[in-house]
Amino acid sequence: MKIPDLTELALRNLRESLLRNSLTTVGISVGVASLVAMLSLGIGLQQMASRRLVKSGLFDTIVVTSRRELRGMGREEERTGPTPGESRVLDEAARTEIERMPNVAEAYPDIRFATELRFEDKPHLTMVSALPESAKSNDAFEGMQGSFFSSDTAAEAVLQKSFAEELLGKTPALGAPEPSVSDLAKPLLGKELTMRYAQRATNSDAQPATDDLSGAAYSVVSREQKLKIVGVADLDPESMRGPTRAKVFLPLKLAESLHVMQPTDLREIARAASDQPVYSSISVRVKNPAQIQGVEDAIKKMGFTAFSILDASRGLRQFFAVLYAFLGIFGSLALMVASIGIVNTLVMAILERRREIGIMKAIGASDGDVKKLFFAEAGAMGILGGLVGVALGWAIGEVINLGTNVYLRRQSLPPEHFWAVPWWLVGGAILFAFLVSMVSGLYPAGRAARLDPVQALRYE
Amino acid sequence: MGESVIRAVDGVTLEIRAGEFVALLGSSGSGKSSVLNLIAGLDRPTSGSVMVQDRDLAKLSREDLAKYRLHVVGMVFQSFNLIASMTVAENVELPLRFAEVDRNQRFKLAQEALERVGLRGRMNHRPTELSGGEQQRAALARALINRPQLLLADEPTGNLDSHTGTEIMDMVRDFNRELGMTVLMVTHERALAERYAQRMIFLADGKLVDDQQTSDVQSGMRGRS
Repeated sequence: MKIPDLTELALRNLRESLLRNSLTTVGISVGVASLVAMLSLGIGLQQMASRRLVKSGLFDTIVVTSRRELRGMGREEERTGPTPGESRVLDEAARTEIERMPNVAEAYPDIRFATELRFEDKPHLTMVSALPESAKSNDAFEGMQGSFFSSDTAAEAVLQKSFAEELLGKTPALGAPEPSVSDLAKPLLGKELTMRYAQRATNSDAQPATDDLSGAAYSVVSREQKLKIVGVADLDPESMRGPTRAKVFLPLKLAESLHVMQPTDLREIARAASDQPVYSSISVRVKNPAQIQGVEDAIKKMGFTAFSILDASRGLRQFFAVLYAFLGIFGSLALMVASIGIVNTLVMAILERRREIGIMKAIGASDGDVKKLFFAEAGAMGILGGLVGVALGWAIGEVINLGTNVYLRRQSLPPEHFWAVPWWLVGGAILFAFLVSMVSGLYPAGRAARLDPVQALRYE
Repeated sequence: MGESVIRAVDGVTLEIRAGEFVALLGSSGSGKSSVLNLIAGLDRPTSGSVMVQDRDLAKLSREDLAKYRLHVVGMVFQSFNLIASMTVAENVELPLRFAEVDRNQRFKLAQEALERVGLRGRMNHRPTELSGGEQQRAALARALINRPQLLLADEPTGNLDSHTGTEIMDMVRDFNRELGMTVLMVTHERALAERYAQRMIFLADGKLVDDQQTSDVQSGMRGRS
């Protein structure tokens, strides 16, 4: 029989005992709905977690340091690699080379220095660090008052909350309630800070180099830079990654152009012959956390020390794989129960339609035709159940999502979308329901096909 | 299976020529329906052979038997055996679905077949809305639709009053004469057999007991009706 004929006959037969077939289909729908609900919860939770992690910058960042840094001495890789004195210098050339590697989104130097900032003629000593433009999306800056830097070279600063408290003389006593970020931001935004710093200036700036030795020397000049306060962020300086462990932040390009004296400059004094800065460390952001291992290995091959929190993210992925499996198994259970319903319905249909099967065979239906007809009925119930089930599962998810967000709002927490029904899940669930129904139809269809027409027609 | 073997048909040898109208007579349990089922390809003999158009039905696969039933045989039953959930037209065109004839062609052939049995006006009714005679006419249309060479009728008038029975039998005879269909009819009404068939075969306890041509007198009567 042709497929359209088969489908038409199957649907007609399903309509004939409408109540029973509807109940069976509802059974499949509930099974599919539970599967969809379980899996989309898992997917949603994973998306939420990885969104958070990607934003935190922990899982897509590699911190690169030169082996000339003495910090890492004694580690295994340090002992096997070249000795610190011989390894490569982490300079602009190295940074460019790393940035050009495949899968690398950006590589920027960690510029950090302690210096004095004057606010309303009072000096404050603090740690200053530079932030690349991409840090804007970092969730450390969620809930920031004011705005992020207007450009990568703007003479602007973002303050950490505790430094804002210090500037205003509002540092709370231990145990006292902390002032809110918006209260702190109001008197500060738009105000000016004066940063005093030590600039590393090569001699060539002052006088032309006369010989090799003089080229290796540089002078230190005291400078001032005015900065406009554009934002106050509520971030914990101790919990964040490298560059945010400071209290005042500057745009990266501005910080680079200042040529602030870095601790490494002193160490390189005997070698560095150019005005190119040498970095103490570089942060490398990869395009996708999954590519982090490859990039890390490549950087290590260049002779640098590289470090990432890859292992933690690997553990997380493993956790979600297990979670998926569990949710999938529990979700499928309901569908398995529903499949027993299909078997039951079709076996009942065979008993009821014994005569009809006999007639069809007598007028020329082959075993295959009868088998296909029962398969088509099972498949139609599967697809219908799948469609209704996906819609039901989606609706359940939306309701739970809505309910949870109402709860979160009552707890004055930001809303979260932890429910995701991707298209592959919609298609997959319907296909799965179809396949389960077909498997359920195997036995009834086979039984109907083997029915002896003479016996079947004898029943009056 | 677990039952003791009953020889419904035992050592029957008969030959039916193309275009014949044969009646198979006998009391109930005589084995006449079993012979019909063997010829219809619904059943297989435990031994011996059933030759139709040079092929041995006993040796055909289930698949080939289905094809044989579909293309060579048309069947009519005592209880009509129409499918209640389908309209008359759908019942009639059902064999064409198994033969994978396309929809338009099916519709056309079903119309023609129903026209022939005078049921065109009732094609969209359900079988239950039809009288017994109309149901049997619909069954005839279904048996006719694949243009089979062999029409097998199992007590076709058993559930009908004598007037409607005559109507149906006239149609069967027309098929035999006009379309050249070979007809094998099972009945226990000798009068009916004598009136319509050219040849009568008598069975008792699964054995052939008599095989005779109907007399010319009855042939004359046939011609008159």
